[in-house]
Amino acid sequence: MNKKKTRPLAILKNGLLDENPTFRLLLGMCPTLAITTAAINGIGMGLAATFVLVGSNVFVSLLRNFIPPKVRIPAFVVIIAAFVTIVQLVLKAFVPALDKALGLYIPLIVVNCIIIARAEAFAYKNTVGASFLDGIGIGIGFTIALILMASVREILGNGTIFGASLFGENFAPALGMVSPAGGFITLGLLIGLINKIVSVRQQKKKGAH
Amino acid sequence: MEGFTGILLILLSSILVNNFVLSRILGICPFIGVSKRVETAVGMGLAVTFVMALASVICWIVQKAILDPLDIGYMQTIAFILVIAALVQLVEMALQKMVPSLYQALGIYLPLITTNCAVLGVAILNIDEGYNLIQTLVNGIGGALGFMLAIVLFAGIRERMEFAKIPEPLKDFPIALISSGLMSLAFLGFQGIV
Repeated sequence: MNKKKTRPLAILKNGLLDENPTFRLLLGMCPTLAITTAAINGIGMGLAATFVLVGSNVFVSLLRNFIPPKVRIPAFVVIIAAFVTIVQLVLKAFVPALDKALGLYIPLIVVNCIIIARAEAFAYKNTVGASFLDGIGIGIGFTIALILMASVREILGNGTIFGASLFGENFAPALGMVSPAGGFITLGLLIGLINKIVSVRQQKKKGAH
Repeated sequence: MEGFTGILLILLSSILVNNFVLSRILGICPFIGVSKRVETAVGMGLAVTFVMALASVICWIVQKAILDPLDIGYMQTIAFILVIAALVQLVEMALQKMVPSLYQALGIYLPLITTNCAVLGVAILNIDEGYNLIQTLVNGIGGALGFMLAIVLFAGIRERMEFAKIPEPLKDFPIALISSGLMSLAFLGFQGIV
């Protein structure tokens, strides 16, 4: 396992598939459920979280020899909060529409367990380069999961994808899908679907041997 | 929104209409993670209530007394998360000294509250809504009671679900999400009473 992780491509792939934060590790549920009402929000949130994740991973890794183990969690939180503040200010200045759509959930990236989990489980023990790649991999995995969730909900609940109408005038959207309830149910079914795919693939592998 | 009726409206809306878990979608991690048994759910609910009420008030004071006069509102996120982390640590130490039985019962749930996004969420919401100190306190307590209501009800459902036949891929986490979705639909019924 350790040998595998040192190869750059393996680190990237690890975040995208094997340890996909949303579908496999089941972390960072609040933003996943709350902001995925439109695909564009999914991209915005995903990229914002990726930026914070890469930044905090690199800094934690750089400082890993200076942070005493006893105060590491508060130290991680301060580093993460600094990057979240940067994202907050940048979004407010350059993309106010997205800032409005994501609202409260931007400052709440601070308490997104994905980021602190990667600082603790990966960046605190690995080199700067590996931590950078891990941040990118996990971040993109998170972004893809958000886009997937948001697309399902936007198509069913609004009849559009990235704001473009799909079905024409006569489509009656299922409004429930863009309500919080729709978020819970969509995520539950998606995770179930992915569990099914994984178990079928494992059975095939067993059959091949 | 002045006087007693205003306060009552804030309380009702934060418990039922804008329930933190089921309609604002905050604090999902502990909601799913600590809801397998009713007793632990009650313990978590109590701990969150305590921290959320305190955090609301202290963060409000920090904002009005330090961040606003110095004009450093952009430090809000960092300041609030530090306040909450320190507060949880203090509550932990105080409980250990003064009410050891409660401390034992809450166990590992106490430190987990730092990363409960409902706590940071309510602190920021209070400022965004422009609440005064009393409204802030009421909103904090109401939000926490709403969290407790949701998690205890949900734990009851999950205890029953253990005996149900559930398709293999949906077991545990996915079915928990789907049933909380149905609960959230039920809470939609409260929309419009405030």
